[in-house]
Amino acid sequence: MERRDFLKITGIGVGTMMVPVMGRAIAAEELQAPMAVAFKKELADAALNAATKAGASYCDVRIGRYLQQFITTRDLNVENVVNTESLGAGVRVIANGCYGFAATNLLTKDAVAAAAQQAVAIAKANARLLSEPVRLAAVKGVGEVSWKTPIKKDWRNVPIKEKADLLIAANKAGLDAGASFMQSVMFQVNQQKYFASTDGSYIDQDVHRLWVPFFATAVDQASGKFRTRQSLGAPVGRGYEWLDARPEDKIQAAGGVTTLYKNSYDIIEDARAAGKQAKAKINAKSVEAGKYDLVLSPEHMYLTTHESVGHPLELDRVLGYEANYAGTSFATMDKWQSKKFQYGSKIVNLYADKIEPGSLGAVGYDDEGVTCKRWDLVKDGILVNYEAIRDQVHMLGEKESHGCCYADSWSSVQFQRMPNVSLAAGKAKLTPDEMVADVKKGIYIVGAGSFSIDQQRYNFQFGGQLFYEIKDGKIAGELEDVAYQANTQDFWNACTAICDDRDWRMGGSFFDGKGQPGQISAVSHGAATARFNGINVINTARKIG
Amino acid sequence: MSMMTEAEAKRICDKVLSLAKADQCEVQLTGGRTGNIRFARNTVSTSGIVDDIQLVVAVAYGKRQGTVTTNELDDAGLERAVRRAEELAKLAPENPEFMPAVAKQTYKPSNTFYESTANITAEQRAQAAADSLDPSRKNGLVAAGFLQDNAGFIAQANSNGVYGFQRQSGVDFTCTVRTEDGRGSGWVSKNVDDFSKMSTSLASEIAIAKAKQSVDAKALEPGRYTVILEPAAAAGIINFLVFGLDARQADEGRSFMSKKGGGNRIGEKFFDERVNLYSDPWHPDVPVLPWDGEGTARGRVDVVKNGVVNYLQYSRYWAKEKGVEAKAQPGNLIMEGGKASLEDMIKSTKKGILVTRTWYLRMVDPQSVLITGLTRDGTFYVENGRIMYPVKNFRFNESPVTMLNNLEELGKTERIAGDEAAVIMMIPPMKIRDFNFTSLSDAV
Repeated sequence: MERRDFLKITGIGVGTMMVPVMGRAIAAEELQAPMAVAFKKELADAALNAATKAGASYCDVRIGRYLQQFITTRDLNVENVVNTESLGAGVRVIANGCYGFAATNLLTKDAVAAAAQQAVAIAKANARLLSEPVRLAAVKGVGEVSWKTPIKKDWRNVPIKEKADLLIAANKAGLDAGASFMQSVMFQVNQQKYFASTDGSYIDQDVHRLWVPFFATAVDQASGKFRTRQSLGAPVGRGYEWLDARPEDKIQAAGGVTTLYKNSYDIIEDARAAGKQAKAKINAKSVEAGKYDLVLSPEHMYLTTHESVGHPLELDRVLGYEANYAGTSFATMDKWQSKKFQYGSKIVNLYADKIEPGSLGAVGYDDEGVTCKRWDLVKDGILVNYEAIRDQVHMLGEKESHGCCYADSWSSVQFQRMPNVSLAAGKAKLTPDEMVADVKKGIYIVGAGSFSIDQQRYNFQFGGQLFYEIKDGKIAGELEDVAYQANTQDFWNACTAICDDRDWRMGGSFFDGKGQPGQISAVSHGAATARFNGINVINTARKIG
Repeated sequence: MSMMTEAEAKRICDKVLSLAKADQCEVQLTGGRTGNIRFARNTVSTSGIVDDIQLVVAVAYGKRQGTVTTNELDDAGLERAVRRAEELAKLAPENPEFMPAVAKQTYKPSNTFYESTANITAEQRAQAAADSLDPSRKNGLVAAGFLQDNAGFIAQANSNGVYGFQRQSGVDFTCTVRTEDGRGSGWVSKNVDDFSKMSTSLASEIAIAKAKQSVDAKALEPGRYTVILEPAAAAGIINFLVFGLDARQADEGRSFMSKKGGGNRIGEKFFDERVNLYSDPWHPDVPVLPWDGEGTARGRVDVVKNGVVNYLQYSRYWAKEKGVEAKAQPGNLIMEGGKASLEDMIKSTKKGILVTRTWYLRMVDPQSVLITGLTRDGTFYVENGRIMYPVKNFRFNESPVTMLNNLEELGKTERIAGDEAAVIMMIPPMKIRDFNFTSLSDAV
């Protein structure tokens, strides 16, 4: 198919360029015109047929249109508004038992067929290096289906001015409350993903994500000190309605030290609190290093869960596929096979899912055509499963993929990525205030700070945004220079209490990196406030010349 | 087609500029082909090639800006991109800090392209992987590695007459070799722009030797040790130092370069006087584009001279505010080294730790540039000039500012790029006293 035919089919030719400017979200509106499904199917079939003809025993093709908008602000200024669009097709094949991949930005039948042939040639060239042929778990073709993130308000319909005004208002609230500088960004993502395979699936998905982080910085010129407090609002797999703050979605942190958010986010209120809290951090007491009972809020727990559970239970890491970059894992298969490996204490239940509404990782089907689901990873403290995809599950004695294969672009090959991984809420009724009341010497940590973990996910060090000393069951005041270090298994076995589902909420990572070439993905992690006894806390204050 | 000739690229740039009705227009067009082969568990895992192209169009009406990226380059696609950028700009609020596009520049070309790299075939990639896999298998070891090559072009233009075109290429190879029982691990990295200079076989020998040597690591108490950081290990830490060299951050009081009471500390001696860092787009070993992302012509810049910080990066806006000359954002970083080889440095060490690789580096405190991270894939105890035995990996909490004050010795520089460094570097191995290891890691 020639280029002009493509434009005609997609309806985004010259005739539609003169979109009204005022009162509408312009480019974004135009971007909403989706590529015709029939056209994508024609391209996909061209690739599938070419690959099969060239000798592939399996082929999948992903045709992607990736739209993003970033609005960046600094104090009361909008620095830039950027729209990005990327369009193309990636073809993955198995030939002679070996994978091959090729991608092209040219969406014509000839170009995608050529990419498919190239992928087969690559697979054949590499087959001599293969020690074992690729074995894919069977997937029954689902025919022509579609899935869409259940959004109420599409970011592409919201005028840029309204979005910019919101960011500027948040910055102003932070400045008025004591911040010396405010920066905020609105990341808006729409992935239009079409997947087809020789299994007989033609899957059209429309995925939406949103994140509005800010950074409040307070500077004390006299002492030369500066401190920051970042936003506590989560990145979400929701529409713009996330920013329509509702009073019923607000949660008071333990001791009422700050307000937190569950199903919607009041960025203005959070920015105001951040301005005040960043300033207060300058005079907070520097922590005394030692062992503490840590009370960790879900806004902090998401990152701890991500690093010490989500990554080590990726089966490709366990098997050694990531050994050269992201690393391997301490959670080796013998530990899982023993059915006795105490990953955490008995109250610890961790699960993976790709269907949690509002989460960053939620989709109907993964990037190799598998219907998504939820499954247990750690049950009553025992390691019971991993995160796996089609070419791995036979090693677990399973016949179905877990459905967590993902590629960040049409031009990236899909591979095993972390699904949403969450800590289940405690079964007994418990609020964060009740949890704090039971702690003699502890620290309450809210929000995620610096984070680092070794290549097998044993030794980690985490910071946070807000730290409060707990003395004899009461919050005694604010602390600074706090980071805690632990071994993953010791840490999760030190978990002594988890609040109930009234306190359960998700945080998330918008730019989780893995793989070579490096790819990013976005995942959510849910938790309720949890307590970990006797954790080593270090003081991070340093002086330089 | 993703690889364009200069004439083809110029036609696209000119077309975009001619379509623009805004007060100004900036264009960047990049394209090319990337190829890769990845292996693990002693077998090939993935391999592929990607052809892509990206056009960035940034326009402004007065102080209102809009930017659009696309990879659709037919005439309709170009017009659509320009119109979108203009529509975005019209809707965007005014930016009081807006700076007009840079004036016409003269670029002195740098040598950033090699045909040997542009012509890599799938068979050559497979052979490069085989040259690593075969010796690993023969030694009863397990290899995981990655070779990535790219060849493409970049064209930069704006409505003030700026125009630049240059082709670029590069090859990056990393390899981790582990013992079958998982008790030993070694790593190597190599980056070149000319594929004919890449030997994955020679590189893999280093990883193989380290994997064998690192079995049965002993635990040393955490604490302050003299360390020999191999260039790749040092590069990641030095990288964080560079992030702190922003003039505005310093002037605003939120950088290690901020002066108490206001202003910045440029011209002050921060490091040992043997520390010399500079950037040079025409350096024969690490050439980079002779212009930055805004099209400003690059030149040689002395960042640190004899331990004194001589350079802060001024954005064009901040330079105007402060009345200083705005210079292009550097594209590489070269640290002057000494004549000693890594082996010489080990020989001259009475007691110390040799570090192959640093991992998961994160900023803990920007006030002191405190970084945490871990050692990985080959950490050894050195005594009386010899590697005595492997040691368990450490977590460290250390600042590059402190580190470069505690300098004992610098070795011969090496080209480093990839995972932990934002720009391509020439970095020497360095011996540092009192490096702060804060805990042990059981990870191999």
